[in-house]
Amino acid sequence: MFYREAGDFSTTYAEDSQTFPIKFDRYRYYLVLVVAFGIIPFLINDYWANAVFVPFLIYAIAAIGLNILTGYCGQVSLGTGAFMAVGAYACYKLMTGFPDIPIAIHILISGGITAAVVTLFGLPSLRIKGFYLAVATLAAQFFLVWLFNKVPWFYNYSASGQISAPERSMFGIIFTGPNTEAWAKYLICLVFVTFAAIVARNLTRGSVGRSWMAIRDMDIAAEIIGVNPLKAKLTAFAVSGFFVGIAGALFFSVYLGAAEVGESFGIDKSFLVLFMIIIGGLGSIFGSFAGAAFMVLLPVFLKNVFVGWLGWPTDLAAHLQFIVSGGLIVVFLIMEPHGLAQLWRLAKEKLRIWPFPH
Amino acid sequence: MKKILTASLVALMAAGPAMADLVFPSLSYRTGPYGANGIPFADGYADYFTLLNERDGGIGGVPARVLECETGYNTEKGVECYESTKGEGALVYQPLSTGITYQLIPKATADGIPVHSMGYGRTSAKNGQVFRNIFNYPANYWDGASHAVNHVLDLNGGDVSGKKIALVYHNSAYGKEPIRTLEELSKKHGYELMLVPVDHPGQEQKSQWLQIRQQRPDYVFMWGWGVMNQVAIQEASNIRFNMENFIGIWWSGSENDVLPAGDGANGYKALTFHNLGKDYPLYDDLQKYVVDAGKAAGAGDQLGTALYNRGMYAAMLAAEAAKTAQEIHGTADITAAMMRDGMEALEMTEAKMEALGLPKFGPEFTVSCENHGGNGLGAVAQWDASAGAWSLITEYGPSDQDVIGALVAEDSAAFAAENNIEPGCS
Repeated sequence: MFYREAGDFSTTYAEDSQTFPIKFDRYRYYLVLVVAFGIIPFLINDYWANAVFVPFLIYAIAAIGLNILTGYCGQVSLGTGAFMAVGAYACYKLMTGFPDIPIAIHILISGGITAAVVTLFGLPSLRIKGFYLAVATLAAQFFLVWLFNKVPWFYNYSASGQISAPERSMFGIIFTGPNTEAWAKYLICLVFVTFAAIVARNLTRGSVGRSWMAIRDMDIAAEIIGVNPLKAKLTAFAVSGFFVGIAGALFFSVYLGAAEVGESFGIDKSFLVLFMIIIGGLGSIFGSFAGAAFMVLLPVFLKNVFVGWLGWPTDLAAHLQFIVSGGLIVVFLIMEPHGLAQLWRLAKEKLRIWPFPH
Repeated sequence: MKKILTASLVALMAAGPAMADLVFPSLSYRTGPYGANGIPFADGYADYFTLLNERDGGIGGVPARVLECETGYNTEKGVECYESTKGEGALVYQPLSTGITYQLIPKATADGIPVHSMGYGRTSAKNGQVFRNIFNYPANYWDGASHAVNHVLDLNGGDVSGKKIALVYHNSAYGKEPIRTLEELSKKHGYELMLVPVDHPGQEQKSQWLQIRQQRPDYVFMWGWGVMNQVAIQEASNIRFNMENFIGIWWSGSENDVLPAGDGANGYKALTFHNLGKDYPLYDDLQKYVVDAGKAAGAGDQLGTALYNRGMYAAMLAAEAAKTAQEIHGTADITAAMMRDGMEALEMTEAKMEALGLPKFGPEFTVSCENHGGNGLGAVAQWDASAGAWSLITEYGPSDQDVIGALVAEDSAAFAAENNIEPGCS
């Protein structure tokens, strides 16, 4: 009944190749955009922004970035945390060095700087594959964290090695610093996540994305049919780095406001984002959102249920939360190894023929 | 064992939402690599307020409510905890984490809620003209660094030139905090400073202690927390480093840290800004009203440990500040802004502590707008492994305010410039 192509005619090539060719899907997408841009900003408060929406949106950008590299191009990376740190520190240096330039430009430039750094660390991927590449990116993780801890220039010689985001505004609205309104934080993240998702979706549908997927599926075959592995792999690293850098810059400047490299951008962050794309679904933009939502919102939800409603002791709740999230991850991976995105795809298939499955 | 939170939630539901109370959020961590240190502090903090509620009916007749929120020493969870508790009318935040304190300094200032980072956090918050809402009395890290150097000076008859001091530190904002002071003091006193960072969480320190064994520093200072402390003390004992020359900051001086090393930890020294043990009249009341009544927080087995005492001390200072605020504003149901005024006017005297059942428990100090950090007195405690107890081996002594004062002024001025704050007391 839902998701039927029947009666939904495309009369131009542009219509035929749009992202959501089915009418119902398209309207659902518009509805999400309307709610996200038109309704939530008016209802949001500090708690919902800082504990729920802002981390979810920022992790979604990071997950999209990693999904391009790992999900679409098949290059495993364990350096996401450190690459986010590159974005964060680049943004910090830009914010403090050029206070008059709008924050959005700093964030985009931070993404560009991260893209360059990630491409540099992607060079070994031309020689090594699989686990060996994962280890090389792991080295990047430890090297970059060490670098940001060791060289005081990165944190402007502050006594504690912490970086903290000064107040910066754009169009007269404050977007970073403690006086930021909840809706401003939310909207700047939403704009970047929408931008990232649209760009990523269209890149992965085009020739660049096809060359990434060819490399992922079988690099030798891809090379034989004329895909240039150097170009394909390095563009994947660059695009992925760009998004991860944006996520890192937002994570530091909009969400946390103060950060410390070892604590905020350590190896556990790399694993967190990797889990997000594995649970959400490798090679799927929707999966990046689903995975980020699962990993960010579930702990907050469980905490509120256990402590807020049931009134259990906080340590018990914290331990139980690990057990429940861990258990759910295992259950999901056994029952649906292709992630939440695959569940969504199956649900759509079922809805398409519902209520007459035969 | 029922948690305070459960009890207060049930009480709240029974009494209806109109009941006034004083909310003290406790951003605790009972899990993760720092849990061993987080538990006694959180228990002490909660138990003291339970005692006030049970014995005195709260503070000035208004019951205190401790809202506990688990951070796991993680800044992101700390942000979530702050946002979820601030709407409940939180009076003061004590995050027990330098990282979370750095997060909260701008946020809490914007929201007008005071933060009390007792013996941790950003040291230059001592300058209350810049950090209006942040307090770090009675002592801070730079005081601690100076106390450690002073103790070494005492041991050497006032001359440490040519000696080598190693700083083993948690490679984070917390551990890096004393470096600047120790560098300044090394210029003044002529010792050589050697920096030995340990990355989070610090379970593996073989290479650091090998370095110490090779370079043979005369003294080792430690800025460690959580599992890092236990490992460091064990490693020091493994390389047969003379424990008498191993001095930890107050966060590296709990029973949890020394017990795993057994006799090897005998003679280890740690700084402190309050007294240790449970030989105080207040403990009788705690036993009677809290422990025997089955209302103790956590497992109820932490009474009298160093960090339990510190949590209790933090709660006591918060309660005294709340009382001061009630007096200033003439109302029992105070707000966060009134609490700030109370903290700024706090005065701890020997008579006050004796009346509370804690004679000579901490140093006397007064807080003012110019000085949010107290007078920075500290003492050295030493671990006696056979007795299984800490004992103070020095009197409370002053820190080198010539050096620290200048550093505080410099760092707070930098913060003021960065954040467009006009320093002042009005």
